[in-house]
Amino acid sequence: MIRMENLTKIFDTPDGDITAVNHVNMEVPAGEICILLGPSGCGKTTTLKMINGLIPKSSGKIFIDGKDTDTVDPVELRRNIGYVIQQIGLFPNMTIEDNICVVPDLLGWEKAKSRKRAAELLELVNLVPSAFLKRYPKELSGGQQQRVGVIRALAADPPVLLMDEPFGAIDPINRAVIQDEFLKMQKEIKKTIMFVSHDIDEAIKMADKIAIFKDGVLEQYSAPDDLLASPANDFIASFLGQDRTLKRLSLLCVDDVKFGEEYKVHGEADLANAIAQMKELGHQNIVVTGLRGRARAFLHLNDIMGKKGVIEEYRQALPAVANVKEDLKTAVSTMFRHDVSWLACVDDDGFYKGYITQKAISRALSAIYRDETLNTKR
Amino acid sequence: MRATTSIFLVFAAGVAFSLLLLNNDGLLIQIWVNFADDVDFLIRQHIYLVVLSGGLAILIAVPMGVWLSRPYMRKFAEGAMQGLNVGTTVPTLAVLALSMSFLGIGVLPAIFALWIATLLPIVRNTYVGIREVPDFLIEAATGMGMTRTQILFRIELPNALYVIFAGIRTALAINVGTVPLAFLIGAGGLGELIFTGIALDNIEMMLAGAIPVALLAMLVDFIFLQIQTWSISRGVNPLR
Repeated sequence: MIRMENLTKIFDTPDGDITAVNHVNMEVPAGEICILLGPSGCGKTTTLKMINGLIPKSSGKIFIDGKDTDTVDPVELRRNIGYVIQQIGLFPNMTIEDNICVVPDLLGWEKAKSRKRAAELLELVNLVPSAFLKRYPKELSGGQQQRVGVIRALAADPPVLLMDEPFGAIDPINRAVIQDEFLKMQKEIKKTIMFVSHDIDEAIKMADKIAIFKDGVLEQYSAPDDLLASPANDFIASFLGQDRTLKRLSLLCVDDVKFGEEYKVHGEADLANAIAQMKELGHQNIVVTGLRGRARAFLHLNDIMGKKGVIEEYRQALPAVANVKEDLKTAVSTMFRHDVSWLACVDDDGFYKGYITQKAISRALSAIYRDETLNTKR
Repeated sequence: MRATTSIFLVFAAGVAFSLLLLNNDGLLIQIWVNFADDVDFLIRQHIYLVVLSGGLAILIAVPMGVWLSRPYMRKFAEGAMQGLNVGTTVPTLAVLALSMSFLGIGVLPAIFALWIATLLPIVRNTYVGIREVPDFLIEAATGMGMTRTQILFRIELPNALYVIFAGIRTALAINVGTVPLAFLIGAGGLGELIFTGIALDNIEMMLAGAIPVALLAMLVDFIFLQIQTWSISRGVNPLR
C-alpha cells in the first residue's frame, strides 16, 4: 500500500518558485495498479520520484505499507522498491543475469539464490534462461530488454513497484504484447504498482485506478470505468477525449452484457417451439445448436413464420460469433464488420452461451452512467 | 578479430622492413654487432623513464578525471578541462625546457615533463568517458538503491573504461615517443643514440636508437590493447 498525505513539491527556479505537485492526497491499495496520467509537466513523474526519494519532497508525508518513508534511509528504501524507467536502463557492462541480480546483490543475497531467481524470472516473461542469462543488453531486442527491465525490478521481490512510462519506448505491437504479459504476471505477483503513463488507452487497459493530474493538482482519482463514465470536470472530459464512451467498450466483457443463454433450439426441434421462444425473448432470431450445445446456425423469424417443416430447412449460417471472454470493443467491431445487430456468444469450445445485441451494449453503457449519477448525488 | 588482424599487419610490415635491412649489406646485423651493448643499457633507462612517468601519470590522472566528473565539481570541471586542453597544445620539447629551467638537469625534470605531457590525455578521456555515461543509467542505479560509490565503481567506471583506456594508449604513445627528447636534458635513454647519430651523421647509430624506440612504442601499445580488449566487459567493448 502507498499513501500520500499533502504531498507537495516546490521547485526553486531562477524564475521564482514553481509548485510542481500541490497537496496531493491519495492511496494505492495493496495489490493494485494505479496509473498517474496527465499532460506533460503535470507533476505525475515528480510525484512518482518523490516516493523513492529521487526527488526530495518539499512537504507532506509518504507511507509505504503504513511506514513513514522519512524514517527509512533512502538507500535502504530504494532497495525495497522496484523501479522501472522509460529508457529501461539495463547496465550495458553487465550480463542479463547480473543486471537482474543488482538489487539482490546489494542486499547481500547468496549468489546461488539470486542466480536461481534470475532464471525463474526470465521464464516468467518467456525468455529462455539458458539463452539469455549470459548475454549483454546490447544483444537483446527492445522488447526483450523491456521485459528484463521489469523483472529486474521484481528480483528482490519488493512489495511496491514504481514504473515511469515503462512501455513508452516500444513499438505498438510489442507494447500490447508486453502489457498483456505484465497484467498476467501481476495477477500472480499482486504487487502494489504506481505507474506513470501519458497513454490513455494504456491506462484504461492496465489500471485498477487512474489518477489524473493537472498543474500539480490531483484532479480525479477513480477506477477507469468510473472515470470514463463520469469525468469530474471539463478538463478531464476533454483529456479523455470525445470518444471516451467508446473507450469504455474495452473495459466491458461480452460476458457482462450477454443474455438469453437458455433460448436456443436444436436441429430436430419443432418450428413452433422456435417461434414461441423468439416471441418470449422478443428477438427475431434464435440460435440453432448441435446435439451437445455448440452454436451451429440461426433461424430468422420471417423465414419460418407460418411455415411447416423441420428447422434444418430454414437455418442459416452464423455470420460470426463472439467469444464470451472478448471485450465489447472487439465484439462491436465484429458486428460492424458483418453488418449485424446481434451476435451469438460462445465459449472457447464453441458452446452457445447467449446473445449480445447492440441495444444491450448501449444499455449497459448508459446503465453505468445512471449508477454513477446516483452515486454522486448520494 | 579486428585487433588480431591489425597486429598481424604490423608484424608483417616489421618482418618486411627487417628483411630489407638485412639484405642491404647486413645493416641490421652490423648495428646489432656494434650497438647491442649500448642499446641494452639505454633501453633500460628508456623503459625506466616510460614506466615511472607513465605509471605516475595513470595513477594521478584517472582519479583526477573521476574527481572532475563528480557532480559537486560540475561548476569548475569545464574550466579545468579547458585549461588542460590549452596545456596539451604546449609542445613537449617546450615542457622539457621549462621543466629543466626550474628542476635542473637529470632524470627528475625529465620524468616531471613526461608526466605532465602524459597526464592530460588520460584526465580528459577519464572525465569525458564518465560524463558520457547516460544520466538515465545513473538514475536507474540510484533508484535501485546504489550508493554514490557503488555507482562509480559498478556503473560509471566500467562503462567509461573503454574511453579511459583509449586515453591511456594515446598518452603512452606520446610518452614513449617523447622519452628520446629526455636525453636533451640529461636523462639518458635511447635518445642518446638518435641525437648523437644525427650529430655525427652516423646512420647505424641513429637506427640503433630509432628502431628500438619504434618497437617499444608498438610493444607498449600492444600490451595496453590486450588489457583493453580483455579487461573490459564484452557488453561495452567494441573490440570484442
